[in-house]
Amino acid sequence: MSTIEFRGVTKRLGGRAAVDSVSLVVAPGTTHVLLGASGSGKSTLLRLALGLLAPDAGEVLVDGVAVPALARADLARRIGYVVQEGALYPHLTAAHNATLPARAQGWSPSRTADRLSALVALTGLDPALLARYPSELSGGQRQRVGLMRALMLDPAALLLDEPLAALDPIARADLQAQLAGVFRTLGKTVLLVTHDLREAFLFGLGITLLRDGRVIQQGTFADLARRPADPFVADFLRAQAPPPAMARYLDDAG
Amino acid sequence: MMLASVPGQTFVDSRRQVGWGSSPRDRIVRGLPKPPPTHFVAPLSAGNAPRLRVSCGEGPHPACRCIGTFLTQHTSPAGARRAPGTRRADGLSARPARRRGACRLLAALVAAAWLLASCAAWAAPPGVRVGSKSFTESYILAEIAAQIAEEIGEAPVARRFGLGGTGIAHEALTSGEIDVYPEYTGTIGRFILKDPSVTALDDLRQRLAPLGLAVGDPIGFENTYALAVRRDTASRLGLRGISDLARYRQLTAAFDPGFMEREDGWPGLRHHYGLALANVRAMEHALTYRALTSGRVDVIDVFSTDGQLSRLDLVVLADDRHFFPDYAAVMLARRSMVETWPRTWAALGRGLAGRIDSAAMARLNAQVEIEGRSFAEVASDFLGRPRPASSGHWSGRELGRLTLQHLFLVGVSLAVAVALGVPLGILAAQRPGLAQVELLGVGVLQTIPALALLSFMIPLFGIGRVPALVALSLYALLPVVRNTHAALSTLEPQLVAMASVMGLRRWQQLAWVELPLASITILAGIKTAAVVTVGTATLAAFVGGGGYGTLIVTGLALNDVPTILAGAIPAAAMALAAHGGFEVLDRALVPRGLRRRSAAVSR
Repeated sequence: MSTIEFRGVTKRLGGRAAVDSVSLVVAPGTTHVLLGASGSGKSTLLRLALGLLAPDAGEVLVDGVAVPALARADLARRIGYVVQEGALYPHLTAAHNATLPARAQGWSPSRTADRLSALVALTGLDPALLARYPSELSGGQRQRVGLMRALMLDPAALLLDEPLAALDPIARADLQAQLAGVFRTLGKTVLLVTHDLREAFLFGLGITLLRDGRVIQQGTFADLARRPADPFVADFLRAQAPPPAMARYLDDAG
Repeated sequence: MMLASVPGQTFVDSRRQVGWGSSPRDRIVRGLPKPPPTHFVAPLSAGNAPRLRVSCGEGPHPACRCIGTFLTQHTSPAGARRAPGTRRADGLSARPARRRGACRLLAALVAAAWLLASCAAWAAPPGVRVGSKSFTESYILAEIAAQIAEEIGEAPVARRFGLGGTGIAHEALTSGEIDVYPEYTGTIGRFILKDPSVTALDDLRQRLAPLGLAVGDPIGFENTYALAVRRDTASRLGLRGISDLARYRQLTAAFDPGFMEREDGWPGLRHHYGLALANVRAMEHALTYRALTSGRVDVIDVFSTDGQLSRLDLVVLADDRHFFPDYAAVMLARRSMVETWPRTWAALGRGLAGRIDSAAMARLNAQVEIEGRSFAEVASDFLGRPRPASSGHWSGRELGRLTLQHLFLVGVSLAVAVALGVPLGILAAQRPGLAQVELLGVGVLQTIPALALLSFMIPLFGIGRVPALVALSLYALLPVVRNTHAALSTLEPQLVAMASVMGLRRWQQLAWVELPLASITILAGIKTAAVVTVGTATLAAFVGGGGYGTLIVTGLALNDVPTILAGAIPAAAMALAAHGGFEVLDRALVPRGLRRRSAAVSR
């Protein structure tokens, strides 16, 4: 079990505060959604948690330890990272992409192979596709490989940055369901970035709505829908056509 | 050491603009005769060749001849390591990686075999190799010697002409790249034995024997400083020797600036003869002949075998009190050649010793420099033989040997450039501050003309393959460094960041991710370097580095177009082959996934 905590984190990028005094705790084993329009600072928060950026103020803690104090390899064992379209390496096969973190950790071939089989089963990827290069895979298949890679070292936490955004609707629905299942079964601590209300609703026990780097509101979907902290929250929720299950909450709120 | 190059087609006698060494002969580095414009054939940069006047000081000998070891370094960037995993079905089997590894092993083996073959190719072919320095007189004498040796037929004869100045020719002789070349006694004493007092032939022979060198009998002329006047002046005033000048204060003189200053020039001469010419001015040597013939001056300094002397009907004043050092022309040879081919050596003695006096040599020089005839023609006329058919200077076997030499030059310098350039590019990509300095540095190297860069290497590395390899390697650096830097600094940031997130150590990020992703661009840089180096390597011949340039240099020296083409065409063909070879190498080295993607993009 793992916790991810932001304490009053501010990060300035290009002269403006991409993240402004954000505090947030993702409890162990829960899924938290960062919701917001593009440019609202969601991805920057993930990059701060991954140690790719250093905060200008405040601190980011993973399992209670400030991120800069963790060694890269150590952090990699604690956190898996999935991004839009997978960011797979074009020069490596699906299998080599997925097992790269294990290779960096110096795992034995048999241990790596076992782990890969387990992940193939978990993500439902056709094993025949493992020998293919990313350019020979569909978007959904690439994203599954990306997920396998993030899970390779069995980290307690997963950070996902718009993992489904680039997929066509069918692949997206398919993978959405699968991801939800994976998160539940594995009991990972998950921080997921999206601008898609449906995903926020589907995954998020807790939701943080961001605008211009600031937290506008934190709470469950019901909290956001029923007691919007300011008109922006209500506007944001209404702007996206609500599926029936959400509409009930929206109606209640209205 | 200096390098001068005269722009424009007309070759004026600019030899005095270039100086080195301590004796008059050492100062002379004559250019090649003016070739007709049509001789600048191939698009090779060797087209500038005849304007090169390279001269050098007494550089240290090659310090290191082991650059070849660089070849053994495996510089392939794309991490050949295969991912862990053994089962074929799970896609972890390293089939593509293993095949790639096999390709690389094959490439390494081919390179090693090539290196060995090339080294073997350098082993001197049996026979007599006649050398010359790169000025008209030396070419003519060497060509005469070569034709004499050919007539005897005792040994195959090879021409290694145009070996720059004394430094290069002497180095070529002692290192066994040539067997015999024309030299001057004063130069032997001053430059080779480092003892100007040794001029007598017996002394020279005695001192040269321990060095494994032999000297033939004097050819009959001296090439040294002399003073010349118009024939009418000489007869009117009764001038025969320099001492006669002491009586005529009113004569005006124009001397080359170098001659004006050198202790063995005008100052020493004036003192030695007690001359008191009232009106002495400095003037570029090229202009003094015109000043003399137009009557503006009465006395000029000349070289005793200048072609202009016979053409302008000038009188050379005898050095009747023996001021100027002895610069008698002789053939300088390796003892091994004298012993192995005694009949050839004897024939050279019979054919040359005492056969050419100063006036005759001046006429021969004039035939080439003023009448524009080829060395081969002038030499066979001198020997009273029918004019030679052109293009007798190369054969299939010779071409094969030169091909191996050329491949060696290109292969080794490219390997060194890659071994240095890729790490430099990586370094530059990681430190932007350093990148500016580095790219500027290799950029400046590239702006140095290749010929100049080659000649800069002579004082450092002597002559032969080593300076050529160093210069070519430096020259090939730019495309490699620049492409490596450009490729690595424009990688997709997310792919780079991901490697760090996955916990790859720095070297792993580099070897497993960044270099493979950059491999297409890096290989393109290496390909550029290879093609350019094939062309540039033709210039190596100017420092005795061998390769196709040997034929081009010889052809230029002999005004022989077929010989020039015999070097230029294979060089062009090799450049094309290098291009094609890299297409194949691309397929072996660029990861399959990248090729597929670039193919998809181009579709």
